[in-house]
Amino acid sequence: MDPLDLVGAEPGPARTILFDGRPVPALPGQTLAAALWADGVLAWRTTRTGGRPRGAFCGIGQCFDCLATVNGRPNQRLCLLPAEHGDAVTTQEGHGHGDLAV
Amino acid sequence: MATSRSEAGPIRYDLAVIGAGPAGLAAADAAAALGLRVALLDAGARLGGQYYRHPAPELGAARPEKLHHGWRTFDRLRERLAAAPLVDHLPEHHVWAAERGEHWTLHATRGPERADRATVTARGLLLATGAYERQLPFPGWTLPGVVTAGGAQAMLKSGLVLPGRRIVVAGSGPLLLAVASSLAAAGARVPAIVEATGYLGYGRGLPVLAGNPAKLAEGAEHAARLLRHGVRLRRRAAVVEAHGTDRITAVTVARLDARWKPVPGSGRRIACDALAIGHGLVPQIDLAVELGAATVTTADGTAALRVDAQQRTSVPGLWAAGETCGVGGADLALAEGVLAAHSVAGKPAPARELTVRRRRRGFAALMAAAHAPGPDWTGWVTDDTDVCRCEEVPARAVREAVTELGAADARTVKLLTRAGMGWCQGRMCGPAVACLSGGPLGGPDSRPLSCPVPLAQLAEPDEPFVQ
Amino acid sequence: MLKRTSYDAVVVGAGVVGAACAYYAAKAGLRVAVVDRGPVAGGTTGAGEGNLLVSDKEPGPELDLALLSTTLWRDLAAEFGDRVEYEPKGGLVVATAPAGLDALHGFAAGQLAAGVDAVAVAADDLRELEPHLADGLPGGVLYPQDAQVQPALAAAHLLRASGADRYLGEAVTALRRGPGGAITGVVTERRELAAPAVVNAAGTWGGAVAELAGVRLPVLPRRGFVLVTEPLPRIVRRKVYAADYVADVASGSADLQSSAVVEGTPAGPVLIGASRERVGFDRTLSPEVLHRLAAQAAALFPVLRTVAVQRAYRGFRPYLPDHLPAIGRDARVPGLYQACGHEGAGIGLAPATGLLIARQLVGEKPEFDLSPFRPERFDEEE
Repeated sequence: MDPLDLVGAEPGPARTILFDGRPVPALPGQTLAAALWADGVLAWRTTRTGGRPRGAFCGIGQCFDCLATVNGRPNQRLCLLPAEHGDAVTTQEGHGHGDLAV
Repeated sequence: MATSRSEAGPIRYDLAVIGAGPAGLAAADAAAALGLRVALLDAGARLGGQYYRHPAPELGAARPEKLHHGWRTFDRLRERLAAAPLVDHLPEHHVWAAERGEHWTLHATRGPERADRATVTARGLLLATGAYERQLPFPGWTLPGVVTAGGAQAMLKSGLVLPGRRIVVAGSGPLLLAVASSLAAAGARVPAIVEATGYLGYGRGLPVLAGNPAKLAEGAEHAARLLRHGVRLRRRAAVVEAHGTDRITAVTVARLDARWKPVPGSGRRIACDALAIGHGLVPQIDLAVELGAATVTTADGTAALRVDAQQRTSVPGLWAAGETCGVGGADLALAEGVLAAHSVAGKPAPARELTVRRRRRGFAALMAAAHAPGPDWTGWVTDDTDVCRCEEVPARAVREAVTELGAADARTVKLLTRAGMGWCQGRMCGPAVACLSGGPLGGPDSRPLSCPVPLAQLAEPDEPFVQ
Repeated sequence: MLKRTSYDAVVVGAGVVGAACAYYAAKAGLRVAVVDRGPVAGGTTGAGEGNLLVSDKEPGPELDLALLSTTLWRDLAAEFGDRVEYEPKGGLVVATAPAGLDALHGFAAGQLAAGVDAVAVAADDLRELEPHLADGLPGGVLYPQDAQVQPALAAAHLLRASGADRYLGEAVTALRRGPGGAITGVVTERRELAAPAVVNAAGTWGGAVAELAGVRLPVLPRRGFVLVTEPLPRIVRRKVYAADYVADVASGSADLQSSAVVEGTPAGPVLIGASRERVGFDRTLSPEVLHRLAAQAAALFPVLRTVAVQRAYRGFRPYLPDHLPAIGRDARVPGLYQACGHEGAGIGLAPATGLLIARQLVGEKPEFDLSPFRPERFDEEE
């Protein structure tokens, strides 16, 4: 049994997203976080102070632990963002705004 | 019902309902039936809130009800709302402030990327914003693979995914049984449910239980499913540590005494690749607190809105229903939504909903008292444990703020340590910081902005109102 | 019968001014207690940005106070290290229109004569100092003496270092007076503290404490909002603000004034102030004020348009009608000392206030003439 069997899901063909450049399948209707979980990926950012790995924690947009850089935009909540074909998710380091430092 | 993107300029509604979970859906449905023009705003893309969270249509789920209780109620409400011309559904609207004047002005940021903004005006406002999960930190709780119990369920319900194959479910509260039951049904192996209380608290409330047979049946159904999957329930125990370097590989489960202090030497290791954990729910009431609405402290130490028999808060023109008035489950939320709608419309309260509310509020109080965290849970929080996940503030810093700098409440600890100042605004660490600071529990947190707002949107002038 | 303890001085108020009074009084050898109805930094201090500014002050008694504080903060920073997040980063005041630049230069010339370090910055050099500043700004003035601390940490560490006994979460209910009217102590909800001297450092609530001694001190709240962005790398190096801010600070109007004051923090977020309104203690969030602050900040630093505002907070500055604090012995009540009404400058002016009060408490001559700050001056006007 898997979750798709349980609810009798018959999704259309998978899309492809890129995680740090690696192709990862995403079912239509899944969020980026769901697609990464399905691929066994649980972490997609490192913390600002300790450099520790983090991923989805609350799954409903409240905890902001699932932030990552998506198509060049930092601090996107992957648990809310629908996966679109070609989306490029990059592991985010710290605040994700390193390019703005003066 | 029109699914509006609120781009045509603000429209003045009779009632704005924030939150499209059970309370908000029932309220919008009842209000429209009573002739009110309703805006139903929700942060999510689809109706249902967290309770009726379900897969996007593209996933083609033939049997979404397999992951739900009361799916038929939702289906019916959804159909009725779809046919209701008086209700506008405003999805992906995250309201960051409710401004009171001659009418309500709701300021919202839109979409998961907060790409644009919206302003909605209405005569009455109903807060049906539900709840989020209470977390109590422990060593290793920031490891990938440690997720909230509700989060594991939410990701399963909407994305049809699991965080691992072997998932320990832990914490406290009735949600754990539902979560474990869903995870097991979806193919996960659940080596244990670790529940901190003894459930004995229920014994004192037998008359209340007897008045809520549906609740008993729901519990029995979960129990039967768990039995079928061979899931073991460990009572009076807690996960006191998660192990692993870059992701979780095991947990240590220890027995707890009556005050939730881990019993020395009772630790046992359980291998797992994920942990789903939570300690009950916290009403999400930021918008109302900011407006100065009166709150009450519930039996499990959370702050909820004080409402009268008509679901009116202490702020004129502001109603509340469901978990915002104290966590009590979907049936209670549905009933309170209907009652609030009648009050807004100036109509007498329907008898059926009054009865449901009376019974379910009693049950909710019983559950809250039974699952209130014991005072000594902080015993498992080592000095190195990050209490605040966002700002990576260890317990040591919080304890020093108390012992060295004289802090005695969560707000002062926050000012001195940054615990609670990060992206989540203390939603994950707030209850823990309050406990560690020794301050009063159940005081509402202040969040003048209920969610982050792009500065560019704040910088734009308000659109003129269209009457 | 309430518990009774004796002190040389009791300070009412555990904000940064009260903490500084306790710190310098204890340093002068006095046995001190600090009482507050709330926690440390629970009032205006906890809602401040931590400005240590000379740049916004015209020559006069407040500037003298600020210059003394600048030196004292440097010493305190050496004692407390990074724990109070002291940053001697300087301030950059920018004109937003050519006419404003002339006015700014005139203002700076006066300050220079009064002992302030002020350096004119040409339009072309602004970006060198602050690479993210907007295009087309006509020029500015750099004030190297401006600095910043994290105000709550500053108050807490000053208070701890003072060694004063802390009675926090205890409201003062009465002030005891002897037969001749002199102060003999403080009564709280839980105890009595005997002392021949009481320092009123209750900030925005200082008027109520003065009233307990039977005297009038017309402190009024002046509301301000601060926006806090998401954590960022250092994108604003100094405290940067538009020259209009100085006029806003000096304004006596009850209406809303706002001008962007933008600065980075060691913790990451950028803070955006500063609005001023006299609306009593109304805590209602004003989206209009937030809008103006955001728009003004974005006009100075367009890069801020790409970030999120994570939170906002508000506070109530203790405002006295002539914009000067009340500091020193209150001639009307022997043993009563006033140390409140610093408006938005309390963090910066705290050490000088504390030092001057301590001098008076031990009967030494203060560093300079305190008469412009005399607490009873508002009675004389009537």
